[in-house]
Amino acid sequence: MPHPLLETRDLTVRFGGHVAVDHISCSFNAGELTAIVGPNGAGKTTYFNLISGQIGATEGTVQLNGHDITRMSVAQRTHRGLGRAFQLTNLFPDLNVLENVRLVIQSKAKRGFNMFSLASSHDDLTAPAMEIVERVRLGDQTQQVVSELSHGDQRKLEVALLIALDPLVYMFDEPTAGMSVDEAPIVLELIAELKARTDRAILLVEHKMDVIRTLADRIIVLHNGALAADGDPATVMASDVVQEAYMGRDLELADG
Amino acid sequence: MLNTILSGDLPRSKVLAAMLVAILVCLALAPFIFPGVRSVDTAARICIFIVLVASYDLLLGYGGIVSFAHTMFFGMGAYGVALSSKHMGAGFDALAIGAASGALLAALLALVIGLFSLRVRAIFFAMITLAVASAVAVLVSQLSGITGGEDGLSFKIPRALGPAFKFADIELFGVKMNGKLLKYYLVFFSCLILFLLMLRIVHSPFGRVLLAIRENDFRAEAIGYRVVHYRVAATCLSAAIAALAGALYAIWLRYVGPDTTLSMELMIDILLMVVIGGMGTMYGAVIGATIFVLAQNYLQNLLNVAGQAVADVPLLPQLLNADRWLLWLGVLFILSIYFFPTGIVGRLRKGN
Repeated sequence: MPHPLLETRDLTVRFGGHVAVDHISCSFNAGELTAIVGPNGAGKTTYFNLISGQIGATEGTVQLNGHDITRMSVAQRTHRGLGRAFQLTNLFPDLNVLENVRLVIQSKAKRGFNMFSLASSHDDLTAPAMEIVERVRLGDQTQQVVSELSHGDQRKLEVALLIALDPLVYMFDEPTAGMSVDEAPIVLELIAELKARTDRAILLVEHKMDVIRTLADRIIVLHNGALAADGDPATVMASDVVQEAYMGRDLELADG
Repeated sequence: MLNTILSGDLPRSKVLAAMLVAILVCLALAPFIFPGVRSVDTAARICIFIVLVASYDLLLGYGGIVSFAHTMFFGMGAYGVALSSKHMGAGFDALAIGAASGALLAALLALVIGLFSLRVRAIFFAMITLAVASAVAVLVSQLSGITGGEDGLSFKIPRALGPAFKFADIELFGVKMNGKLLKYYLVFFSCLILFLLMLRIVHSPFGRVLLAIRENDFRAEAIGYRVVHYRVAATCLSAAIAALAGALYAIWLRYVGPDTTLSMELMIDILLMVVIGGMGTMYGAVIGATIFVLAQNYLQNLLNVAGQAVADVPLLPQLLNADRWLLWLGVLFILSIYFFPTGIVGRLRKGN
């Protein structure tokens, strides 16, 4: 019986009368990559926001590694082992590539309140940051200011921040959105590398069928804020409810 | 060595480096190069305003937090020194206790304001500080029994810092070795140390977090930094340093009053100095404060000279009348912000 790293129980959020996420109970195990699919407006990103804490839940709980984190702040959740990369690139635009990653390592080392030493003198933070920057193939642009990077490179850095955080639960929100055909494989390769680690859980919101097919161990389908299907990729794809509901049109268009 | 003192923040522009060195040398040797009472007074004022403006830059330029209470914190240090000297009698212990309690109180008040308002949104903080600063200014002018009201407080400082005290019976370049000279160097070195300390703070891991928060507070939180805690810490630090600058100002003037430390006008001056010098650069505070204080003190004289030079030309003498100095100061600001939107330091570094 695999140990669930992340579990949501009856997780719900209402905005006025609109139920954006409707009683989703689902658990995510270590060593498993779960793809979250569904049409636009199905509540995928809202579900992510509830888990990582950007939005407070109206009802239900989020459990991380056996602890209730429902009432915790975003930063507290991060220190507990929840890490998220964002759909729209969300970096520190006027800082350089290395500094972006270094800040994450510094946060993990809890040295943010160190006021009287030089940031550049903390070699034990800079070295691992450098390693990660090289791992995402940005090694020759460490001093480049982020706002001057190409979109694809910014997406790579987005993933690098998450790798630097090395959380128990990795959350990717369309990691290859807007990337060129040449660049996307690098990001997917990085995610595949993460998958090899059996003590981590990965959640992936994705539209592209080919990506899901190569990476996902399991698919959950959201529809109108509720959980519509859950299972291994082949079963979910074939299931009537999914085919009839919307998948036939939406996902086949995205396929290929 | 230099790299360590400057916390690795070299000027990165030849012109800027030259300006900074010139300012440092002039301030360090001010009593000898410019021996007049007024010019030494201007030099001390520049030193103190550099620290005050830099502490505001720590908040605005690095933390991205707009505060209107900076003069209030400045005033707390000044009143701290004045009150302790008044009640404990002139002495270095009174100065130290006054400065320390002023700084502590300023930090505590900043903590309370910060915890109440920074939790919500940074803009809310600006409004709260405006309200609290106005309330404190009114209180200080009303509680005349304690604060001296609008008249302020004059007080005695240790004899060792006064002109009557001679520590050597010689004159160096025509300058008497007296307590006044000691007082200038007390101000100068305290300001130098405070400035270098702030330069270190903005380049520390803490300073990097502030930059990250200014750039993208949402993501800073998501990688594990409690944004509120960092903003409040920056506010407290900045308030404490402003209070220390205020304490030095009070010691220098041997007087404290609402106009010299608490006025809204002064708050706007600080804002202008940060913007003209260049936000988020620290060195901008040096350039901004120097230019501003010099203009405030000498623009009138300069206009006088210019007005006399064109006395025969119609209209020009009226425009260059010394009474119009505020008009010209305003024109200077508008021009400098128009031509240097990133401040003088930002412009100089970009041109490199």
